[in-house]
Amino acid sequence: MDTFIQTFFNLDIMSQAFPLLLKGAVMTLKLCAVVIVCGLAGGLMLALAALSPNRALRWSAIAYIDLFRALPPLVLLVFVYSGLPFAGVRLSPFMAVVIAFFLNNSSYFAEVFRAGINAVPKGQTEAARATGLSQAQALTYVVLPQAVRNVLPDLLSNTVEVVKLTSLASVVSLSELLYSANMARSVTYNASPLVLAAGMYLLVLWPLVRVIARYQRGLAVN
Amino acid sequence: MRFIETFFNTKVMADYMPDLIHAMGVTLGLAVATIITGILCGAALACLRVAGLKLVNFCIIVFADIMRALPPLVLILILFFGMPSLGLNISGWMVVYIVLSLVLTAFSEEIFWGGLTAIPAGQWEAGRATGLSKAQTLFYIAFPQAARRGIPPLVNRVLATTKLTALGSVIGVKEILSVSSSAQSFSGSATPLTMAAIAYLIIFIPAVIASHKIERRYHFAT
Amino acid sequence: MTQPRTMLEISGLEKSFGDIEVLKSIDLKVQEGELVFVIGPSGSGKSTMLRCCNRLEEPTSGAIFIEGERITDIPRRDLDRMRLKVGMVFQGFHLYPHMSVLKNVMLAQIKALKRAKPEAEARALEMLDQVGLKHKADAMPAELSGGQQQRVAIARALALDPGVMLFDEPTSALDPELVGSVLKVMKDLRDKGMTMLVVSHEMQFAREAADRVIFMDGGYVVEQGTPEEIFGNPKSDRLKTFLSRVSHEDAGAEAD
Ligand SMILES: Nc1ncnc2c1ncn2[C@@H]1O[C@H](COP(=O)(O)OP(=O)(O)OP(=O)(O)O)[C@@H](O)[C@H]1O
Ligand SMILES: [Mg+2]
Repeated sequence: MDTFIQTFFNLDIMSQAFPLLLKGAVMTLKLCAVVIVCGLAGGLMLALAALSPNRALRWSAIAYIDLFRALPPLVLLVFVYSGLPFAGVRLSPFMAVVIAFFLNNSSYFAEVFRAGINAVPKGQTEAARATGLSQAQALTYVVLPQAVRNVLPDLLSNTVEVVKLTSLASVVSLSELLYSANMARSVTYNASPLVLAAGMYLLVLWPLVRVIARYQRGLAVN
Repeated sequence: MRFIETFFNTKVMADYMPDLIHAMGVTLGLAVATIITGILCGAALACLRVAGLKLVNFCIIVFADIMRALPPLVLILILFFGMPSLGLNISGWMVVYIVLSLVLTAFSEEIFWGGLTAIPAGQWEAGRATGLSKAQTLFYIAFPQAARRGIPPLVNRVLATTKLTALGSVIGVKEILSVSSSAQSFSGSATPLTMAAIAYLIIFIPAVIASHKIERRYHFAT
Repeated sequence: MTQPRTMLEISGLEKSFGDIEVLKSIDLKVQEGELVFVIGPSGSGKSTMLRCCNRLEEPTSGAIFIEGERITDIPRRDLDRMRLKVGMVFQGFHLYPHMSVLKNVMLAQIKALKRAKPEAEARALEMLDQVGLKHKADAMPAELSGGQQQRVAIARALALDPGVMLFDEPTSALDPELVGSVLKVMKDLRDKGMTMLVVSHEMQFAREAADRVIFMDGGYVVEQGTPEEIFGNPKSDRLKTFLSRVSHEDAGAEAD
């Protein structure tokens, strides 16, 4: 029992590592902000493209979505970070992470948006068009708000996935939360900093997971 | 031309093909083991929750929340670096298998449970009124319907979890990504990374396409 | 002459949900082969009473006897065996959507009654034939009309050879043109000697087919008698009010 506590819950080591981890957490937040905003925007564009009447546009969007949904994000990251330099494209870890995760996330968000838009009845667009709104206006004011409401839990859970995903950035030595924790672990030969990092992730993500669970149960009851 | 030389060097491809095929076997083995364990345990926990034991249910909920909120890589590092301090030496393969199984268990438990709560009370009553026991009603009537409702999200979650097998590369599991990464540094060519990407596409593109089909089918069926 | 057997007896039945007393004191006997009709305003506890008879609802106090056996104090683990003797048909059918019609009728026979599969299948087909749906044996529930689904639900209950059948508003979820087919099945059952306790608003059917009509209100059996007595010569004010309101609704429905 004592070894267990010494190994995973060593408070001295945790308090020593805390400042480093806090810095890492700030980097994680920065990364999340960029990746989530880009992912949402890109996903929406892709979803619209995937639903467009233009065949070429539609099929390229669908191919993009399926391609990047099929590749593990870590593979994309390693490819962007270690593969592209061979083609003369050298990226900072931060940029590599943003690009790799954008490719991955935008595909996931696109799928969510697409499902949401599909679930809005056709009559809604027709009614909007009949009252003189343009296609774009109908989309912006009538279809999208309903679509987003349809898939709000999915958008939220995707967002949780993105935050979890940022931990992979540690693999390319971007000093985010997990990287800092693992640094501290290798210096102290003790797993407690990792447990502390886990606690910090939980602090942010557990409430979100609860909210999603509530939401989904609400939908199931209705 | 240089592009092809860098990313599609046939000599490098031929050199590393046997290693890569072996690695694909490791990835697939890990994936299959995870899927079976995760889905079975998730189903078992969801059914256990039906019994309505307060303490047990509380533990299941906390477990599922934590496993859904934590980045899997954090768990992998904690287990991989923490266990030896407790005198337990478990292989990297085992660590990834345990962590991914726990994660999939948590998600599939929630999916099955969500399905079970959506089963109308009348289904339970019809079963009980014809003399079936609670367990029989669960087994033959409620759970099969819950599983059906759960198939689309379950398929997506299974894909997401099996893609996480790439995390094994971080702790030296000889799966696709780690084999190709080390091949990349030995050969000084980006080609092994391309091969890795293709290997994943071979595995996951059919899975992604199948998931679209399944989603559509079960969307209209219910 | 042998005394007719009492198939279902309810005595001093009370049921509360929290503070709300829904059933205050119910006494009722159903003899073998009888069709007893239960009417009463919405919320008067008709469904609750019916559901107590196979303990889908636990009575607060009182006793219920099925074929002379007191079922209100048998332990929970023996409930399943008891429920085999009591068939129940719900307003909402509750067919299992993931199984074919035939499987729906076979499931409890095999799992609860432990019949061998061929026997269960033969019995299921026989029952489906009785409700006129043998040709739909391989259909899925979603492919059937409401009336057909309800007849399958009746077959599902009958296949277990229950001593008593309980019907909770079996036709009120149905389109008017489908009601007749279900009522016809119930009439056939009565002619075959099945004991039935029916909650329903089909007053016309009650007049034609019921042996006895029970009027429930406010958690009590307020009045009971033959259809002629209840509909032709109601005694209590509450029954009179209820009947005039129902006949108004009927008139309104016909005027539509
Ligand atoms: N599970 C329950 N929990 C709390 N109250 C309940 C429950 N079931 C029924 N009730 C209440 O008991 C009363 C009687 O309900 P019941 O369904 O037996 O009436 P009913 O006579 O069948 O009415 P209806 O004709 O509308 O079906 C109602 O006031 C109802 O709100
Ligand atoms: Mg009722």
